[in-house]
Amino acid sequence: MGLEAYIKDNGFLTTQVNAIIAWARKSSVWPMPMGISCCAIEMMAVGDPKYDIARFGSEVMRFTPRQCDLMIVAGTVTYKMAPVVRKIFDQMPEPKWVIAMGACTSSGGMYRSYSVVQGIDQFLPVDIYLAGCPPRPDNLLHALMKIQEKIGKTKASQFHDVPLKEEGIKLPELNVIQKN
Amino acid sequence: MDLKTLIPQKLKEKFPAVEFEITDYKDELTFKFDKKFVVEICSFLKSDTGLEFRSCTDITAIDWATRKNRFTMVYNIFSMKHNFRLRLKADVDEADCKIDSVSSVWRAANWQERETYDMYGIKFNNHPDLRRMYMPEEFEYHPLRKDFPLMGIPGSIPLPKK
Repeated sequence: MGLEAYIKDNGFLTTQVNAIIAWARKSSVWPMPMGISCCAIEMMAVGDPKYDIARFGSEVMRFTPRQCDLMIVAGTVTYKMAPVVRKIFDQMPEPKWVIAMGACTSSGGMYRSYSVVQGIDQFLPVDIYLAGCPPRPDNLLHALMKIQEKIGKTKASQFHDVPLKEEGIKLPELNVIQKN
Repeated sequence: MDLKTLIPQKLKEKFPAVEFEITDYKDELTFKFDKKFVVEICSFLKSDTGLEFRSCTDITAIDWATRKNRFTMVYNIFSMKHNFRLRLKADVDEADCKIDSVSSVWRAANWQERETYDMYGIKFNNHPDLRRMYMPEEFEYHPLRKDFPLMGIPGSIPLPKK
């Protein structure tokens, strides 16, 4: 079958902690579907069997921000909605990433208007800007693959250390593997 | 009798003191009158057994920008009994930017008047709950006025910090 056919009895692999954690993170990105308008329909299509986001390990759309690490902002963000989007983003645990899906979220799109935020990067750190009005589902999958590429380059230590040290919280010491 | 002749006749009989400006454009009947009679006329049109305009379809306003009476209130009402639509208009000047609320006549008028207040800044006397409809409550401007810029006033609506 797969790898296990080669690693028979008592086989083992060697790798780096950073590599295996980044691999685990990028292979199970859990999206927070921030579906605000029509882009959300294409986002739903990504979950169906034809496009099947499950092939990338991201089929678990969680409707609670506390279980997610990728926010897909799909739709027009108005000034009135902006604090809500930001609050939901703040509730997501680190590490987290953001896809600005579609023209409206990226730049305000066709809504050159007083009520629409002209690009969500005014109040959110955006990782991927996804073009289209709305983008096709395979386009969203491409954005997800780009995010996975980005996550794959991260190091495990770069996320949790800084804020915890600033707040003076001491992490429990890990008993990893005894020497020898 | 045809409703188009019946309604003006009934209104003139009932309100001899009011000046009605009647227009019939593309088979749509419009009455224009002074704003202080708006509640009386509306409640008559609703309660009269021969008319029964029970449905208030829409309330909005027009901003004429430079005209003497800057705003015109527009009421679109509908009689389900006769399948007949009617439009009422009343001028409102910017110096006295108020009109009586018709939410006591049609309850649907409550939110429609709130929307008009939000977008044009026309105040409604005796309205039960005159708050903004769409814009944030601390917003100072009225977006559908002609002197409001399309892209809004920068910094007038706060965004969360990055």
